[in-house]
Amino acid sequence: MPPIKEALLLLLDVGPSMHSVLPEIEKACSLLVQKKLIYSKNDEVGIVLFGTEDTDNELTTEVGGYQHVVVLKNSKVVDGDIVEALQHLPRGTTDGDFVDAVIVGMDLLIKKFGQTNKGKKRICLITNAQCPIKESYEGTKEEQVTTIAKQLTAHGMKMESIIFRGKLCQDANKGIMDENDRLLNIFSKETSTRLLYLENPISLFGALRTRNITLVTVFRGDLEFSPKLGIKVMVYKKTAEEKFPTLKKYSDKAPPNDKFATREVKIDYEYKSSEDPDKFVPPDQRIRGYPYGPQIVPLSTSEWDAVKFLPEKGVKLLGFTDSSNVFRHHYMKDVYVFLPQPGNTRSILAVSALARAMKEMDKVAILRCVWKQGQANVVIGVLTPNLSDKENIPDSFYLNVLPFAEDVREFQFPSFSNFPASWLPNGQQLEAAANLVKALDLAPDGQEEVLLPDFTANPVLERFYRFLEQKSKDPDVAVPPLDDILKKITEPDADLLLQNKSVIDSFCRSFELKGNPLKKSRRLFGGKRSFSNDEEVKENITAESANLIENASVKVEKIGDLTPAQDFEALISRRDSPDWVVKAINEMKNKIFDLVEDSHEGDNYPKALECLVVLRKGCILEQEPKQFNDFLKHLCNFCQEKSLHSFCQYLASKDLTLISKTEAVDSDVTDEDAKSFLVKSEPKVE
Amino acid sequence: MELDADDIFRDDEDYAESQRSLLEDESTKEYVVYLVDASPKMFNTICPAQEHQNLQTYFHIAISCISQTLKTQIISRSYDQVAICFFNTREKKNLQGLNSVFVFTVPEREFLDRPTARLIKEFDQLEESFSKHIGSQHGIVSDTRENSLYNAIWAAQALLRKGSAKTVDKRILLFTNDDDPFGSIKGAAKSDMIRMTLQRAKDAQDLGISIELLPLSCSDEVFKVSQFYADLIGLQGDDLVDFIPAAGNKLEDMKDQLRKRMFTKRIVKRLKFTIVNGISIELNSYALIRHTVPGAITWLDSVTNCPLKNERTFICADTGALVEEPTRRFLPYKNQNITFLMKQLSEVKRVSTGHLHLLGFKPMSCLRDYYNLKPSTFLYPSDEGTDSSMCIFIALHRSMIQLNRFAVAFSGSSSRPQLVALIAQEEVVQSGSQIEPPGMHMIYLPYSDDIRLVEERYSDTSGMVTKASSDQIKRAADLIKRVDLKDFSVCQFTNPALQRHYAVLQALALEENDIPEMKDETLPDEEGLARPGVVRALEEFKTSVYGDNYDEENEQGIGKPTEASKKRKANAEFATKECEQYDWGELADTGKLKDLTVVELKYYLTAHNLPLTGKKEALISRILSDMGK
Repeated sequence: MPPIKEALLLLLDVGPSMHSVLPEIEKACSLLVQKKLIYSKNDEVGIVLFGTEDTDNELTTEVGGYQHVVVLKNSKVVDGDIVEALQHLPRGTTDGDFVDAVIVGMDLLIKKFGQTNKGKKRICLITNAQCPIKESYEGTKEEQVTTIAKQLTAHGMKMESIIFRGKLCQDANKGIMDENDRLLNIFSKETSTRLLYLENPISLFGALRTRNITLVTVFRGDLEFSPKLGIKVMVYKKTAEEKFPTLKKYSDKAPPNDKFATREVKIDYEYKSSEDPDKFVPPDQRIRGYPYGPQIVPLSTSEWDAVKFLPEKGVKLLGFTDSSNVFRHHYMKDVYVFLPQPGNTRSILAVSALARAMKEMDKVAILRCVWKQGQANVVIGVLTPNLSDKENIPDSFYLNVLPFAEDVREFQFPSFSNFPASWLPNGQQLEAAANLVKALDLAPDGQEEVLLPDFTANPVLERFYRFLEQKSKDPDVAVPPLDDILKKITEPDADLLLQNKSVIDSFCRSFELKGNPLKKSRRLFGGKRSFSNDEEVKENITAESANLIENASVKVEKIGDLTPAQDFEALISRRDSPDWVVKAINEMKNKIFDLVEDSHEGDNYPKALECLVVLRKGCILEQEPKQFNDFLKHLCNFCQEKSLHSFCQYLASKDLTLISKTEAVDSDVTDEDAKSFLVKSEPKVE
Repeated sequence: MELDADDIFRDDEDYAESQRSLLEDESTKEYVVYLVDASPKMFNTICPAQEHQNLQTYFHIAISCISQTLKTQIISRSYDQVAICFFNTREKKNLQGLNSVFVFTVPEREFLDRPTARLIKEFDQLEESFSKHIGSQHGIVSDTRENSLYNAIWAAQALLRKGSAKTVDKRILLFTNDDDPFGSIKGAAKSDMIRMTLQRAKDAQDLGISIELLPLSCSDEVFKVSQFYADLIGLQGDDLVDFIPAAGNKLEDMKDQLRKRMFTKRIVKRLKFTIVNGISIELNSYALIRHTVPGAITWLDSVTNCPLKNERTFICADTGALVEEPTRRFLPYKNQNITFLMKQLSEVKRVSTGHLHLLGFKPMSCLRDYYNLKPSTFLYPSDEGTDSSMCIFIALHRSMIQLNRFAVAFSGSSSRPQLVALIAQEEVVQSGSQIEPPGMHMIYLPYSDDIRLVEERYSDTSGMVTKASSDQIKRAADLIKRVDLKDFSVCQFTNPALQRHYAVLQALALEENDIPEMKDETLPDEEGLARPGVVRALEEFKTSVYGDNYDEENEQGIGKPTEASKKRKANAEFATKECEQYDWGELADTGKLKDLTVVELKYYLTAHNLPLTGKKEALISRILSDMGK
């Protein structure tokens, strides 16, 4: 079967008011033709410009009128010439009349195709529709447009309009725009096609559908409620990822001047016995092995067919449930749309009634779907209502695939409320964050939603096709930079940031960048390994975090100033040499001395106490009570000499005592003496 | 039909994902020792206050959790190795000959090894024979210097000696209900034993083994971690707070909690999330929801059942010469072949420098149901960050929930850079167990070319379609109320195809003849739908929409054959007619089927409604098997 070809006519407004967006239109339209060159080489494309200085069309020579409309390219099979022409559109000098252009375009298609190619003829109008339309000779403008629209439908042509109303349009005549909008609306309704209003040049790339995909039903039949009630539906894919084009492996073995060389590389798979590497095993001697733990279970295809799970085809309702029972993040795959059978009034009504009731009650339906006979698995999906606000589009449903129990990994994460206070935002910080969330609004009231997925083009694909086109002219060209307009998809909008500078500044002030690392020096050996398979990740780890990892894994060698208590614990528990215990205790003693001595009005006391407590614990564990007891006595004497008696009082108030005999066998201090030591030492001071 | 088992389950988009998870499994192995307390206390029944008919012991809970985990493990992470080790046992079985420690395993399997079908099966039956073969006994008695906990950790550490700590995650999971194992010992001996045990544990940890405690407790008997175990597993201060699990009220909750805690969280990727003005926070991403697919098949020699080595060679199609794996790719375009270096292609894909760039916020209502392409990814702040980055994350998280907004960001991954929606997820806790963790879910948004304009394509050309009347909507609402799934949760269904797949494999692996019948949980509740109330609501809805002639309407629907179905029908009729001109039985008996052409063979297949795919030999064998020969 020869591929069905589509004839597309681009009606482009190149008048003065359009000049600012013409670069984007050039890029978007040439991208469209480029994709056709790859995916549908037999399609035809024609270009009609209006608002031009010149006039060049058949109607003007035949009947006169139709000024400033130029047929740049008559409809022809896509080629490089069309791409070229679209990349260098002339800038017009007059205000364009889109109705004239539509008539010229229609005439062109009728002359070329007549009644053939029904439904495959498409006209795409891109204008800002802010210039006045000439009065018609007979009847009102509305009547004239209705007649044209009916003609379009009669010849099986579809017409979609993309109306670009950027910020530049503010000074345009409101009355003219409203009138034009009414006229455009007639086209849209009569030919039942899209009419889009855009404000942002980013949207232009996405609004122009660059690929024409034949829709194939996933399922047609009954949506079964019970054996007695089924609603006739057709199921289509609503989303499907447009992939990067498949490139073939290139072989340079054939001589470069061989015109008939395919340059392809074939991949050959050979199965060899693992014991005898020279023995090939032919296909009929092979059998599939399925892994089950370390075992591999051989199972032939026919055996497998006999035992495998084979559900009956059909889409069945399991029930309805509150929409809150299904989380948005449980949606698993691309989305399906359930349409009532076209032309079947009862199905349309039944779907409409259910969808509206579900919407009102905030319910969703759970379905079990087996799309075709022989499908080896079932799909559990959630059906959500999609109410139509257009009178010629029936209500429908979307279906999202839900996970099975096996697909969900129940990892546990610490609750935020259990975090220490320093990790939690205070009231002022919360307010700053809330202000930021409000300020960086991408869907402000009364304005076009920015980055609406429906109008956002894939920047990677655009870049690839541009590179492809450039390479076709110059094989050595470098990869072009990302288009400036599309860059706005990947980075925050500078204007938006500038407008909200004060909010952003206060946000930054509220959260000081330098904070304490979350990870404490754990006893655990090393840091967790990184599972990242992305090169970028490693590059992007900042110097700061790299240091952090080092700190965590390097073993403590001495007692530092920052965390003496932790360092001591790490040191005393090092097992690689017995000397560490002695070293730890000695260093700790010095540290405590330093702390007490350098203390100004007792500001180091809590830290010194902390050190004493760990030292005490360490000495008990290591059976070195004398070390601690002697040190504490020495420390008290020292304090009295230096008239730092407030430290002894502080220690007494915190119940720090000598190590008694019950705590460590080697101690020569009784329980009594241990408790009273500091209390006793106090009166001496006076 | 030639279909790979994995192809049946796998779509194109799943492929890359499954490849990645496969890689992940091999490169991030995990060795786990399940250390189960078998002291008499573990055989006490749980919470005598409730569930009289169904008394279960602590031991049983621990065992059944391990058993469940093994079953998941053999399917999804079969490269991991496990050992099951009991302590406080009467018998002993371990490499060092330590008392009161028993390592359980099955033939053809080392102590620490990958789980096998046999291990799972015998472990399931272990409980009945436990007292006979292994036996329970207190291992820490005051008179002797025996210390079973010490022995157990030592034995576990010895089991985990193999494998480098750099490439393998080593864990000990300790199941016990005794928060004070040295309670019966007094005096200096006690502190001595405690010290020894703690040191043992610390030595293990220094070797890169993490020890995790899975305390079994219930509401009337709280497990006091601080009593002893906090020191053993190295918990301090803040960690202690978030460690202690809320004691479940129900048995099931406890099981659930244990099961969840037995998994380790695997980080898919570390991300830098740039917010504004160079402020960025470190996040970890986790794959909480992914399609589970059966493992990749291996080709075996059908005679010896030995695995075959697969060799791939590249051959130049023009010259037939062997070539190295080419570094260039090409695409025919405008009558020429445009070639690209792999390096250039990856440069084209690199459109953004960082990982995740915040672009702005939108109200939740802007997130349409059809903005979805693949499973979401979960984001949680990394502990490599600072407390202020944690603070930013929480502040944004709270603000987004409060203002009912989601963040739009650009994710610059190398495979497919795209826009994402970040939805703040509040923590959901039900009866002491975390149902949804707090964090953000990253939803991958489609581009315009990924969205298909289906509804508009099928819009009505007459310009008007009827929408339902308020009465019809009311009837529909009545019906919805009747067929309500109250406690629906997405995880309630197991995948019947996957269950069947593994049931077959398990039966074959154990050389059992019967393959157990699986119940398909996904079928509608026929009984429920047949309840009079439901039937009445259905009938009323039907009448209000279809009037009295529902059946007629439906007949008509089928009555309009499309072009394609007409053609198909005509083909079938033709084939049936042609088919009658051959004596198939005779041809088959004399072996002359191979003399017929493929077209002729297909007459038979079409007429008998059999698949037409495959090579000639396949067609012949299909015909023969259909005739029962």
